[in-house]
Amino acid sequence: MKEVIIGLEVHVQLNKLRSKLFCSCSTQYHDSEPDTHTCPVCLGLPGALPVTNGKAVDNAIKVALALNCNIEEWTMFYRKNYYYPDLVKGFQISQYDYPIATNGSISLDMEGGERIIRIKRVHMEEDPGKLVHVGTIDKSRYSLIDYNRSGMALLEVVTEPDLRTPKEARLFLNKLKNILEYLDVFDSSLEGSLRVDANISLAGGARAEIKNISSYKGVEKALLFEIVRQNNLVRRGVKVVQETRHFDEVRGITISLRTKEGEEDYRYFPEPDLVPITIADRVDDIKKTLPELPDAKRQRFVLQYGISDNHAKVLISELGLANFFETVATEVDANLSATWVADILKGELNYRDLDISAFSPNHMVQILQVLKKDTITENGAVQVIRTILDEGGTPSEIVKIKSKDLLKMDVDASENITLRVIEENPGAFQDFCKGKNEAMHFLMGQVMKETHGTVNRSTVIELLNKSKKEKLQNAPDNHREA
Amino acid sequence: MITKKTVDHLGWLARIKLTEEEKEKFPDQLNSILDYFEKLDEVEADVSPTHHVLGLTNVFRDDVAGQSISQEDALGNAPRKERGYFKGPRII
Repeated sequence: MKEVIIGLEVHVQLNKLRSKLFCSCSTQYHDSEPDTHTCPVCLGLPGALPVTNGKAVDNAIKVALALNCNIEEWTMFYRKNYYYPDLVKGFQISQYDYPIATNGSISLDMEGGERIIRIKRVHMEEDPGKLVHVGTIDKSRYSLIDYNRSGMALLEVVTEPDLRTPKEARLFLNKLKNILEYLDVFDSSLEGSLRVDANISLAGGARAEIKNISSYKGVEKALLFEIVRQNNLVRRGVKVVQETRHFDEVRGITISLRTKEGEEDYRYFPEPDLVPITIADRVDDIKKTLPELPDAKRQRFVLQYGISDNHAKVLISELGLANFFETVATEVDANLSATWVADILKGELNYRDLDISAFSPNHMVQILQVLKKDTITENGAVQVIRTILDEGGTPSEIVKIKSKDLLKMDVDASENITLRVIEENPGAFQDFCKGKNEAMHFLMGQVMKETHGTVNRSTVIELLNKSKKEKLQNAPDNHREA
Repeated sequence: MITKKTVDHLGWLARIKLTEEEKEKFPDQLNSILDYFEKLDEVEADVSPTHHVLGLTNVFRDDVAGQSISQEDALGNAPRKERGYFKGPRII
Protein backbone atom coordinates (compact mmCIF):
# COMPACT_ATOMS: atom_id res chain seq x y z
CA MET A 1 0.00 0.00 0.00
CA LYS A 2 1.36 3.40 -0.96
CA GLU A 3 1.85 6.10 1.64
CA VAL A 4 -1.11 8.46 1.93
CA ILE A 5 -0.46 12.20 2.11
CA ILE A 6 -3.18 14.45 3.49
CA GLY A 7 -3.34 18.19 4.04
CA LEU A 8 -6.39 20.07 5.30
CA GLU A 9 -7.81 23.53 4.80
CA VAL A 10 -10.21 24.03 7.66
CA HIS A 11 -12.72 26.89 7.59
CA VAL A 12 -14.10 27.72 11.00
CA GLN A 13 -16.69 30.37 11.68
CA LEU A 14 -15.79 32.80 14.43
CA ASN A 15 -19.42 32.44 15.44
CA LYS A 16 -19.10 33.69 19.01
CA LEU A 17 -18.88 37.20 17.55
CA ARG A 18 -22.08 39.22 17.68
CA SER A 19 -21.73 40.77 14.23
CA LYS A 20 -20.36 39.74 10.84
CA LEU A 21 -16.80 40.42 9.66
CA PHE A 22 -17.39 43.59 7.61
CA CYS A 23 -20.89 44.73 8.57
CA SER A 24 -23.02 44.86 11.71
CA CYS A 25 -25.55 42.21 10.65
CA SER A 26 -26.22 39.82 13.50
CA THR A 27 -24.59 36.38 13.55
CA GLN A 28 -27.67 34.86 15.21
CA TYR A 29 -29.39 33.70 12.04
CA HIS A 30 -29.52 29.98 12.63
CA ASP A 31 -33.22 29.71 13.43
CA SER A 32 -34.29 32.44 11.01
CA GLU A 33 -35.97 32.64 7.64
CA PRO A 34 -33.56 32.87 4.67
CA ASP A 35 -32.22 36.29 3.67
CA THR A 36 -33.36 38.07 6.84
CA HIS A 37 -29.87 38.88 8.21
CA THR A 38 -28.39 40.88 5.36
CA CYS A 39 -27.54 44.47 4.47
CA PRO A 40 -26.04 46.28 1.47
CA VAL A 41 -22.51 45.20 2.54
CA CYS A 42 -23.09 41.44 2.83
CA LEU A 43 -25.41 41.48 -0.19
CA GLY A 44 -22.64 43.18 -2.18
CA LEU A 45 -24.81 46.08 -3.34
CA PRO A 46 -22.97 48.79 -5.28
CA GLY A 47 -21.37 51.51 -3.17
CA ALA A 48 -21.54 49.62 0.12
CA LEU A 49 -18.31 49.83 2.12
CA PRO A 50 -16.97 47.12 4.42
CA VAL A 51 -15.54 48.04 7.87
CA THR A 52 -13.55 45.39 9.75
CA ASN A 53 -14.88 43.98 13.03
CA GLY A 54 -11.98 44.65 15.44
CA LYS A 55 -12.91 41.78 17.71
CA ALA A 56 -12.76 39.37 14.77
CA VAL A 57 -9.11 40.33 14.32
CA ASP A 58 -8.45 39.86 18.04
CA ASN A 59 -10.11 36.44 18.00
CA ALA A 60 -8.06 35.45 14.96
CA ILE A 61 -4.87 36.47 16.79
CA LYS A 62 -5.98 34.42 19.81
CA VAL A 63 -6.36 31.34 17.63
CA ALA A 64 -3.03 31.95 15.92
CA LEU A 65 -1.30 32.20 19.31
CA ALA A 66 -2.97 29.03 20.55
CA LEU A 67 -1.76 27.23 17.40
CA ASN A 68 1.83 28.30 18.16
CA CYS A 69 1.99 30.46 15.02
CA ASN A 70 4.26 33.34 14.13
CA ILE A 71 2.07 36.42 14.19
CA GLU A 72 3.01 38.71 11.32
CA GLU A 73 3.85 42.39 11.84
CA TRP A 74 0.87 43.49 9.80
CA THR A 75 -1.79 42.01 7.60
CA MET A 76 -4.15 43.02 4.80
CA PHE A 77 -7.12 41.80 2.80
CA TYR A 78 -7.29 40.81 -0.86
CA ARG A 79 -10.05 40.22 -3.34
CA LYS A 80 -10.28 36.67 -4.61
CA ASN A 81 -12.25 36.80 -7.85
CA TYR A 82 -14.58 34.07 -9.03
CA TYR A 83 -18.19 33.64 -9.98
CA TYR A 84 -20.39 31.38 -7.95
CA PRO A 85 -24.01 31.96 -6.93
CA ASP A 86 -23.21 31.98 -3.20
CA LEU A 87 -20.70 34.82 -3.64
CA VAL A 88 -22.51 38.14 -3.83
CA LYS A 89 -19.81 40.44 -5.19
CA GLY A 90 -18.10 38.19 -7.72
CA PHE A 91 -15.16 38.16 -5.30
CA GLN A 92 -14.50 37.03 -1.76
CA ILE A 93 -12.63 39.29 0.64
CA SER A 94 -9.84 37.02 1.80
CA GLN A 95 -6.11 37.09 2.48
CA TYR A 96 -3.23 36.12 0.21
CA ASP A 97 0.25 37.42 0.88
CA TYR A 98 0.55 38.73 4.42
CA PRO A 99 -1.89 36.37 6.15
CA ILE A 100 -2.41 37.02 9.84
CA ALA A 101 -0.13 34.18 10.97
CA THR A 102 2.15 31.41 9.67
CA ASN A 103 4.20 28.40 10.81
CA GLY A 104 2.22 26.97 13.70
CA SER A 105 1.57 23.46 14.95
CA ILE A 106 -0.88 21.19 16.69
CA SER A 107 0.26 18.18 18.67
CA LEU A 108 -1.76 14.98 18.35
CA ASP A 109 -1.75 12.23 20.91
CA MET A 110 -1.55 9.04 18.85
CA GLU A 111 -1.14 5.45 19.96
CA GLY A 112 2.43 5.48 18.67
CA GLY A 113 3.23 8.68 20.60
CA GLU A 114 3.00 12.39 19.94
CA ARG A 115 2.59 13.61 16.33
CA ILE A 116 3.24 17.23 15.39
CA ILE A 117 1.08 18.51 12.55
CA ARG A 118 2.49 21.71 11.13
CA ILE A 119 0.16 24.64 10.39
CA LYS A 120 1.21 26.50 7.25
CA ARG A 121 -0.94 29.57 7.68
CA VAL A 122 -3.99 31.04 9.33
CA HIS A 123 -5.98 33.70 7.54
CA MET A 124 -9.26 35.59 7.79
CA GLU A 125 -11.95 35.75 5.14
CA GLU A 126 -15.67 36.29 4.72
CA ASP A 127 -18.08 33.39 4.48
CA PRO A 128 -20.13 33.05 1.28
CA GLY A 129 -23.88 32.45 1.41
CA LYS A 130 -25.45 29.04 1.69
CA LEU A 131 -26.63 27.12 -1.35
CA VAL A 132 -29.68 24.98 -0.94
CA HIS A 133 -29.84 22.35 -3.63
CA VAL A 134 -33.10 21.16 -4.96
CA GLY A 135 -32.39 17.46 -5.24
CA THR A 136 -28.79 16.21 -5.21
CA ILE A 137 -25.87 18.50 -6.11
CA ASP A 138 -25.16 16.86 -9.47
CA LYS A 139 -28.78 16.60 -10.56
CA SER A 140 -30.55 19.76 -9.35
CA ARG A 141 -31.81 22.11 -12.05
CA TYR A 142 -31.23 25.29 -10.07
CA SER A 143 -30.03 26.39 -6.65
CA LEU A 144 -31.61 28.49 -3.93
CA ILE A 145 -29.37 30.89 -2.02
CA ASP A 146 -29.63 32.12 1.56
CA TYR A 147 -27.26 35.01 2.23
CA ASN A 148 -27.74 35.07 6.03
CA ARG A 149 -24.33 33.40 6.30
CA SER A 150 -22.74 35.78 3.79
CA GLY A 151 -20.05 37.88 5.47
CA MET A 152 -19.68 35.76 8.62
CA ALA A 153 -16.08 35.89 9.88
CA LEU A 154 -14.19 32.78 8.85
CA LEU A 155 -10.76 31.64 9.82
CA GLU A 156 -8.97 29.34 7.41
CA VAL A 157 -6.40 27.07 9.02
CA VAL A 158 -4.14 25.41 6.46
CA THR A 159 -1.97 22.44 7.45
CA GLU A 160 1.20 21.21 5.81
CA PRO A 161 0.67 17.79 4.16
CA ASP A 162 1.63 16.08 7.43
CA LEU A 163 -1.39 13.87 8.01
CA ARG A 164 -1.05 10.21 7.03
CA THR A 165 -4.40 8.57 7.75
CA PRO A 166 -8.08 9.57 7.73
CA LYS A 167 -8.17 8.87 11.46
CA GLU A 168 -5.33 11.34 12.03
CA ALA A 169 -7.31 13.90 10.05
CA ARG A 170 -10.31 13.36 12.32
CA LEU A 171 -8.18 13.62 15.47
CA PHE A 172 -6.64 16.82 14.11
CA LEU A 173 -10.08 18.33 13.62
CA ASN A 174 -11.19 17.28 17.09
CA LYS A 175 -8.10 18.86 18.61
CA LEU A 176 -8.60 22.07 16.64
CA LYS A 177 -12.26 22.22 17.69
CA ASN A 178 -11.21 21.60 21.29
CA ILE A 179 -8.72 24.50 21.22
CA LEU A 180 -11.18 26.87 19.54
CA GLU A 181 -13.84 26.12 22.14
CA TYR A 182 -11.39 26.69 24.99
CA LEU A 183 -10.63 30.08 23.43
CA ASP A 184 -14.36 30.87 23.46
CA VAL A 185 -14.33 31.96 19.82
CA PHE A 186 -16.21 29.02 18.32
CA ASP A 187 -19.39 27.06 18.86
CA SER A 188 -19.13 23.76 17.01
CA SER A 189 -22.76 22.86 17.60
CA LEU A 190 -24.03 25.44 15.12
CA GLU A 191 -24.82 24.26 11.60
CA GLY A 192 -22.18 25.21 9.05
CA SER A 193 -19.65 26.19 11.72
CA LEU A 194 -16.88 24.10 10.18
CA ARG A 195 -16.12 23.16 6.60
CA VAL A 196 -13.08 21.34 5.34
CA ASP A 197 -11.26 21.08 2.03
CA ALA A 198 -9.04 18.00 2.07
CA ASN A 199 -6.07 17.43 -0.23
CA ILE A 200 -5.14 13.81 -0.59
CA SER A 201 -2.68 11.90 -2.74
CA LEU A 202 -0.88 8.58 -2.78
CA ALA A 203 2.91 8.93 -2.70
CA GLY A 204 4.12 9.92 -6.16
CA GLY A 205 0.63 10.54 -7.55
CA ALA A 206 -1.40 13.66 -8.30
CA ARG A 207 -3.63 15.03 -5.56
CA ALA A 208 -7.35 15.40 -5.41
CA GLU A 209 -8.90 18.30 -3.52
CA ILE A 210 -12.19 17.35 -1.90
CA LYS A 211 -14.16 20.54 -1.38
CA ASN A 212 -16.57 21.63 1.27
CA ILE A 213 -16.93 18.65 3.58
CA SER A 214 -19.20 19.83 6.33
CA SER A 215 -18.86 17.31 9.15
CA TYR A 216 -16.08 15.78 11.22
CA LYS A 217 -17.15 12.25 10.33
CA GLY A 218 -17.56 13.32 6.69
CA VAL A 219 -13.87 14.19 6.47
CA GLU A 220 -12.81 10.72 7.57
CA LYS A 221 -15.35 9.04 5.26
CA ALA A 222 -14.41 11.16 2.24
CA LEU A 223 -10.71 10.44 2.75
CA LEU A 224 -11.30 6.69 3.17
CA PHE A 225 -13.27 6.72 -0.07
CA GLU A 226 -10.54 8.65 -1.91
CA ILE A 227 -7.82 6.23 -0.80
CA VAL A 228 -9.82 3.33 -2.22
CA ARG A 229 -10.61 5.24 -5.43
CA GLN A 230 -7.01 6.31 -6.05
CA ASN A 231 -5.64 2.86 -5.19
CA ASN A 232 -8.07 1.28 -7.63
CA LEU A 233 -6.93 3.64 -10.40
CA VAL A 234 -3.29 2.83 -9.72
CA ARG A 235 -4.02 -0.91 -9.70
CA ARG A 236 -5.71 -0.65 -13.09
CA GLY A 237 -2.77 1.36 -14.43
CA VAL A 238 -4.85 4.56 -14.79
CA LYS A 239 -3.14 7.82 -13.86
CA VAL A 240 -4.70 9.81 -10.99
CA VAL A 241 -5.39 13.31 -12.30
CA GLN A 242 -5.19 16.47 -10.24
CA GLU A 243 -8.74 17.67 -9.79
CA THR A 244 -11.36 19.11 -7.50
CA ARG A 245 -13.97 16.71 -6.14
CA HIS A 246 -17.17 17.05 -4.20
CA PHE A 247 -18.07 14.77 -1.29
CA ASP A 248 -21.62 13.46 -1.42
CA GLU A 249 -22.33 12.90 2.27
CA VAL A 250 -25.46 10.83 1.67
CA ARG A 251 -23.87 8.37 -0.74
CA GLY A 252 -20.44 8.52 0.91
CA ILE A 253 -18.60 9.04 -2.39
CA THR A 254 -16.60 11.82 -4.06
CA ILE A 255 -17.51 13.17 -7.50
CA SER A 256 -15.32 15.05 -9.97
CA LEU A 257 -16.31 18.73 -10.25
CA ARG A 258 -14.42 19.53 -13.46
CA THR A 259 -13.64 23.12 -12.46
CA LYS A 260 -11.73 25.19 -14.95
CA GLU A 261 -10.27 27.68 -12.47
CA GLY A 262 -6.68 27.51 -11.32
CA GLU A 263 -4.88 29.63 -8.69
CA GLU A 264 -3.89 32.38 -11.14
CA ASP A 265 -7.48 32.66 -12.32
CA TYR A 266 -8.51 34.12 -8.95
CA ARG A 267 -6.69 37.34 -9.89
CA TYR A 268 -5.98 38.26 -6.27
CA PHE A 269 -5.43 41.98 -5.72
CA PRO A 270 -5.40 44.16 -2.59
CA GLU A 271 -8.89 45.08 -1.36
CA PRO A 272 -8.95 48.87 -1.91
CA ASP A 273 -11.87 49.40 0.49
CA LEU A 274 -10.00 48.07 3.54
CA VAL A 275 -6.81 49.47 5.01
CA PRO A 276 -3.89 47.37 6.32
CA ILE A 277 -3.93 46.19 9.94
CA THR A 278 -0.91 46.25 12.21
CA ILE A 279 -1.13 43.22 14.46
CA ALA A 280 2.22 42.80 16.20
CA ASP A 281 1.34 45.58 18.64
CA ARG A 282 -1.88 43.83 19.71
CA VAL A 283 -0.27 40.49 20.48
CA ASP A 284 1.05 41.18 24.00
CA ASP A 285 -2.33 42.28 25.34
CA ILE A 286 -4.12 39.35 23.72
CA LYS A 287 -1.55 36.89 25.07
CA LYS A 288 -2.54 37.94 28.58
CA THR A 289 -6.16 36.97 27.91
CA LEU A 290 -5.37 33.46 26.66
CA PRO A 291 -7.02 30.82 28.84
CA GLU A 292 -5.39 27.55 29.89
CA LEU A 293 -5.40 25.34 26.78
CA PRO A 294 -6.27 21.62 26.62
CA ASP A 295 -2.71 20.21 26.74
CA ALA A 296 -1.75 22.39 29.72
CA LYS A 297 -4.96 21.48 31.52
CA ARG A 298 -4.33 17.78 31.01
CA GLN A 299 -0.87 18.07 32.58
CA ARG A 300 -2.21 20.11 35.47
CA PHE A 301 -5.01 17.62 36.19
CA VAL A 302 -2.51 14.79 36.48
CA LEU A 303 -0.18 16.83 38.71
CA GLN A 304 -2.71 18.64 40.85
CA TYR A 305 -5.30 15.91 41.35
CA GLY A 306 -3.14 12.83 40.95
CA ILE A 307 -5.59 11.31 38.46
CA SER A 308 -4.53 9.04 35.59
CA ASP A 309 -3.47 10.57 32.27
CA ASN A 310 -6.22 8.58 30.56
CA HIS A 311 -8.87 10.17 32.74
CA ALA A 312 -7.31 13.60 32.26
CA LYS A 313 -7.38 13.09 28.49
CA VAL A 314 -11.12 12.35 28.52
CA LEU A 315 -11.91 15.17 30.95
CA ILE A 316 -10.15 17.88 28.95
CA SER A 317 -11.78 16.80 25.67
CA GLU A 318 -14.60 19.26 26.40
CA LEU A 319 -14.16 22.44 28.40
CA GLY A 320 -17.54 21.91 30.10
CA LEU A 321 -16.53 18.44 31.22
CA ALA A 322 -13.18 19.69 32.56
CA ASN A 323 -14.89 22.44 34.57
CA PHE A 324 -17.49 19.96 35.84
CA PHE A 325 -14.74 17.65 37.06
CA GLU A 326 -12.92 20.43 38.88
CA THR A 327 -16.10 21.51 40.66
CA VAL A 328 -16.76 17.95 41.81
CA ALA A 329 -13.12 17.17 42.65
CA THR A 330 -12.89 20.08 45.08
CA GLU A 331 -15.77 18.55 47.11
CA VAL A 332 -15.04 14.82 47.00
CA ASP A 333 -12.04 12.59 46.36
CA ALA A 334 -10.43 13.56 43.02
CA ASN A 335 -9.78 10.02 41.81
CA LEU A 336 -13.32 8.92 42.60
CA SER A 337 -14.57 12.06 40.80
CA ALA A 338 -12.42 11.35 37.76
CA THR A 339 -13.70 7.79 37.47
CA TRP A 340 -17.33 8.77 37.89
CA VAL A 341 -17.22 11.78 35.59
CA ALA A 342 -14.93 10.45 32.85
CA ASP A 343 -16.04 6.82 32.77
CA ILE A 344 -19.58 6.59 34.05
CA LEU A 345 -21.32 9.94 33.66
CA LYS A 346 -19.67 10.61 30.27
CA GLY A 347 -20.79 7.19 29.06
CA GLU A 348 -24.38 7.76 30.20
CA LEU A 349 -24.38 11.19 28.50
CA ASN A 350 -22.95 9.83 25.25
CA TYR A 351 -25.54 7.06 25.25
CA ARG A 352 -28.28 9.70 25.43
CA ASP A 353 -26.51 12.11 23.05
CA LEU A 354 -26.46 14.74 25.78
CA ASP A 355 -23.77 17.15 26.83
CA ILE A 356 -22.42 17.78 30.27
CA SER A 357 -24.71 20.77 30.80
CA ALA A 358 -27.52 18.19 31.21
CA PHE A 359 -26.17 17.21 34.64
CA SER A 360 -25.53 19.34 37.71
CA PRO A 361 -22.11 19.08 39.37
CA ASN A 362 -23.89 19.48 42.71
CA HIS A 363 -25.88 16.32 42.10
CA MET A 364 -22.70 14.47 41.25
CA VAL A 365 -21.12 15.65 44.50
CA GLN A 366 -24.15 14.44 46.49
CA ILE A 367 -24.15 11.04 44.79
CA LEU A 368 -20.44 10.53 45.40
CA GLN A 369 -20.77 11.59 49.03
CA VAL A 370 -23.50 9.01 49.63
CA LEU A 371 -21.46 6.42 47.78
CA LYS A 372 -18.41 7.20 49.90
CA LYS A 373 -20.44 6.79 53.07
CA ASP A 374 -21.19 3.34 51.76
CA THR A 375 -24.95 3.72 52.00
CA ILE A 376 -25.60 3.00 48.32
CA THR A 377 -23.82 0.58 46.03
CA GLU A 378 -21.99 1.56 42.88
CA ASN A 379 -24.83 0.04 40.92
CA GLY A 380 -27.26 2.16 42.94
CA ALA A 381 -25.27 5.31 42.16
CA VAL A 382 -25.43 4.50 38.45
CA GLN A 383 -29.20 4.05 38.79
CA VAL A 384 -29.48 7.49 40.41
CA ILE A 385 -27.52 9.07 37.53
CA ARG A 386 -29.72 7.34 34.96
CA THR A 387 -32.91 8.36 36.76
CA ILE A 388 -31.82 12.02 36.90
CA LEU A 389 -31.02 11.98 33.18
CA ASP A 390 -34.19 10.16 32.13
CA GLU A 391 -36.79 11.42 34.59
CA GLY A 392 -35.24 14.35 36.43
CA GLY A 393 -35.19 14.80 40.21
CA THR A 394 -32.49 15.22 42.81
CA PRO A 395 -30.26 12.48 44.23
CA SER A 396 -31.83 12.65 47.71
CA GLU A 397 -35.38 12.35 46.33
CA ILE A 398 -34.44 9.41 44.15
CA VAL A 399 -32.61 7.63 46.93
CA LYS A 400 -35.69 8.10 49.15
CA ILE A 401 -38.18 6.81 46.57
CA LYS A 402 -36.11 3.90 45.35
CA SER A 403 -34.46 3.20 48.66
CA LYS A 404 -35.41 -0.45 48.57
CA ASP A 405 -33.39 -0.97 45.40
CA LEU A 406 -30.62 1.50 45.97
CA LEU A 407 -29.66 1.46 49.61
CA LYS A 408 -26.96 -0.93 50.40
CA MET A 409 -28.24 -3.93 52.29
CA ASP A 410 -26.95 -4.26 55.77
CA VAL A 411 -24.53 -7.07 56.29
CA ASP A 412 -27.04 -9.22 58.17
CA ALA A 413 -29.52 -9.19 55.29
CA SER A 414 -26.70 -9.91 52.84
CA GLU A 415 -25.58 -12.82 54.96
CA ASN A 416 -29.08 -14.31 55.14
CA ILE A 417 -29.46 -14.24 51.40
CA THR A 418 -25.99 -15.63 50.79
CA LEU A 419 -26.59 -18.48 53.22
CA ARG A 420 -29.90 -19.24 51.55
CA VAL A 421 -28.23 -19.34 48.14
CA ILE A 422 -25.63 -21.76 49.54
CA GLU A 423 -28.35 -23.94 51.00
CA GLU A 424 -30.32 -24.00 47.77
CA ASN A 425 -27.27 -24.82 45.65
CA PRO A 426 -25.34 -27.48 47.58
CA GLY A 427 -23.64 -28.83 44.45
CA ALA A 428 -22.30 -25.48 43.42
CA PHE A 429 -21.12 -24.76 46.95
CA GLN A 430 -19.34 -28.10 47.03
CA ASP A 431 -17.56 -27.21 43.80
CA PHE A 432 -16.71 -23.79 45.18
CA CYS A 433 -15.11 -25.40 48.21
CA LYS A 434 -13.00 -27.48 45.86
CA GLY A 435 -11.73 -24.22 44.43
CA LYS A 436 -13.76 -24.09 41.19
CA ASN A 437 -13.96 -20.54 39.91
CA GLU A 438 -17.11 -21.04 37.81
CA ALA A 439 -18.93 -22.20 40.91
CA MET A 440 -18.00 -18.96 42.67
CA HIS A 441 -19.31 -16.94 39.71
CA PHE A 442 -22.52 -18.96 39.74
CA LEU A 443 -23.15 -18.38 43.44
CA MET A 444 -22.31 -14.70 43.09
CA GLY A 445 -24.76 -14.46 40.21
CA GLN A 446 -27.51 -16.04 42.32
CA VAL A 447 -26.90 -13.61 45.19
CA MET A 448 -26.90 -10.64 42.82
CA LYS A 449 -30.13 -11.86 41.25
CA GLU A 450 -31.80 -12.17 44.66
CA THR A 451 -30.62 -8.76 45.82
CA HIS A 452 -30.97 -6.91 42.50
CA GLY A 453 -27.30 -6.05 42.72
CA THR A 454 -27.59 -4.13 45.97
CA VAL A 455 -24.79 -5.93 47.77
CA ASN A 456 -21.10 -5.42 47.24
CA ARG A 457 -19.30 -8.24 45.50
CA SER A 458 -16.55 -8.10 48.11
CA THR A 459 -19.08 -8.66 50.91
CA VAL A 460 -20.43 -11.75 49.16
CA ILE A 461 -16.96 -13.13 48.54
CA GLU A 462 -16.16 -12.63 52.21
CA LEU A 463 -19.33 -14.45 53.22
CA LEU A 464 -18.71 -17.31 50.81
CA ASN A 465 -15.17 -17.73 52.07
CA LYS A 466 -16.37 -17.64 55.65
CA SER A 467 -18.91 -20.42 54.92
CA LYS A 468 -16.26 -22.42 53.12
CA LYS A 469 -13.94 -22.18 56.10
CA GLU A 470 -16.70 -23.27 58.46
CA LYS A 471 -17.61 -26.18 56.24
CA LEU A 472 -14.02 -27.35 56.06
CA GLN A 473 -13.61 -27.08 59.85
CA ASN A 474 -16.77 -29.11 60.39
CA ALA A 475 -15.55 -31.83 58.07
CA PRO A 476 -12.04 -32.72 59.21
CA ASP A 477 -11.81 -35.62 56.75
CA ASN A 478 -12.33 -33.33 53.84
CA HIS A 479 -9.90 -30.94 55.39
CA ARG A 480 -7.22 -33.53 55.50
CA GLU A 481 -7.88 -34.52 51.95
CA ALA A 482 -7.68 -30.89 50.87
CA MET B 1 2.17 37.68 -24.03
CA ILE B 2 -1.59 37.72 -24.53
CA THR B 3 -2.86 35.49 -27.30
CA LYS B 4 -6.31 34.87 -28.70
CA LYS B 5 -6.52 31.90 -26.36
CA THR B 6 -5.81 34.09 -23.31
CA VAL B 7 -8.54 36.50 -24.37
CA ASP B 8 -10.93 33.61 -24.76
CA HIS B 9 -10.14 32.43 -21.21
CA LEU B 10 -10.38 35.96 -19.77
CA GLY B 11 -13.79 36.30 -21.40
CA TRP B 12 -14.91 33.10 -19.70
CA LEU B 13 -13.54 34.21 -16.30
CA ALA B 14 -15.43 37.51 -16.57
CA ARG B 15 -18.55 35.79 -17.94
CA ILE B 16 -18.45 38.05 -21.03
CA LYS B 17 -19.42 36.74 -24.47
CA LEU B 18 -16.83 37.88 -27.01
CA THR B 19 -17.40 37.90 -30.75
CA GLU B 20 -14.87 36.35 -33.12
CA GLU B 21 -13.97 39.86 -34.25
CA GLU B 22 -13.28 41.01 -30.67
CA LYS B 23 -11.15 37.96 -29.99
CA GLU B 24 -8.98 38.93 -32.97
CA LYS B 25 -8.78 42.59 -32.00
CA PHE B 26 -8.16 42.42 -28.21
CA PRO B 27 -4.79 40.61 -27.97
CA ASP B 28 -2.90 43.51 -29.61
CA GLN B 29 -4.68 46.11 -27.46
CA LEU B 30 -4.07 44.21 -24.23
CA ASN B 31 -0.43 43.56 -25.15
CA SER B 32 0.20 47.26 -25.71
CA ILE B 33 -1.23 47.97 -22.23
CA LEU B 34 1.03 45.32 -20.71
CA ASP B 35 4.01 46.80 -22.56
CA TYR B 36 3.23 50.13 -20.93
CA PHE B 37 3.55 48.45 -17.51
CA GLU B 38 7.13 47.61 -18.39
CA LYS B 39 7.93 51.22 -17.57
CA LEU B 40 7.77 50.08 -13.92
CA ASP B 41 10.94 48.07 -14.53
CA GLU B 42 12.80 51.38 -14.67
CA VAL B 43 12.00 52.05 -10.98
CA GLU B 44 14.83 51.33 -8.53
CA ALA B 45 14.37 47.89 -6.97
CA ASP B 46 14.70 49.07 -3.35
CA VAL B 47 11.48 51.11 -3.35
CA SER B 48 9.07 49.57 -0.84
CA PRO B 49 5.79 48.40 -2.32
CA THR B 50 2.64 50.47 -1.97
CA HIS B 51 0.02 48.26 -0.40
CA HIS B 52 -2.54 50.95 0.01
CA VAL B 53 -2.95 54.53 -1.20
CA LEU B 54 -4.71 56.00 1.86
CA GLY B 55 -1.84 55.74 4.35
CA LEU B 56 -4.33 54.67 7.04
CA THR B 57 -4.14 51.54 9.18
CA ASN B 58 -6.38 49.84 11.73
CA VAL B 59 -9.83 51.13 10.90
CA PHE B 60 -12.24 49.03 12.97
CA ARG B 61 -15.77 48.96 14.24
CA ASP B 62 -16.94 47.47 17.54
CA ASP B 63 -18.51 44.04 17.55
CA VAL B 64 -22.08 45.24 17.97
CA ALA B 65 -25.00 43.77 16.06
CA GLY B 66 -27.15 46.30 14.26
CA GLN B 67 -30.27 46.33 12.15
CA SER B 68 -30.44 44.26 8.96
CA ILE B 69 -32.75 44.99 6.06
CA SER B 70 -36.00 43.07 5.57
CA GLN B 71 -36.27 39.91 3.52
CA GLU B 72 -38.50 41.80 1.10
CA ASP B 73 -35.87 44.51 0.60
CA ALA B 74 -33.07 41.95 0.34
CA LEU B 75 -34.91 40.17 -2.46
CA GLY B 76 -36.13 43.44 -4.03
CA ASN B 77 -33.62 43.41 -6.90
CA ALA B 78 -33.60 39.67 -7.47
CA PRO B 79 -34.78 38.68 -10.93
CA ARG B 80 -35.77 35.25 -9.61
CA LYS B 81 -36.69 34.18 -6.11
CA GLU B 82 -38.48 31.33 -4.38
CA ARG B 83 -39.75 30.91 -0.79
CA GLY B 84 -37.57 33.75 0.53
CA TYR B 85 -34.45 32.53 -1.26
CA PHE B 86 -32.62 34.00 -4.21
CA LYS B 87 -32.89 31.62 -7.13
CA GLY B 88 -29.68 31.00 -9.03
CA PRO B 89 -28.29 28.80 -11.75
CA ARG B 90 -27.52 25.18 -11.13
CA ILE B 91 -23.84 24.98 -10.30
CA ILE B 92 -21.04 22.56 -11.25
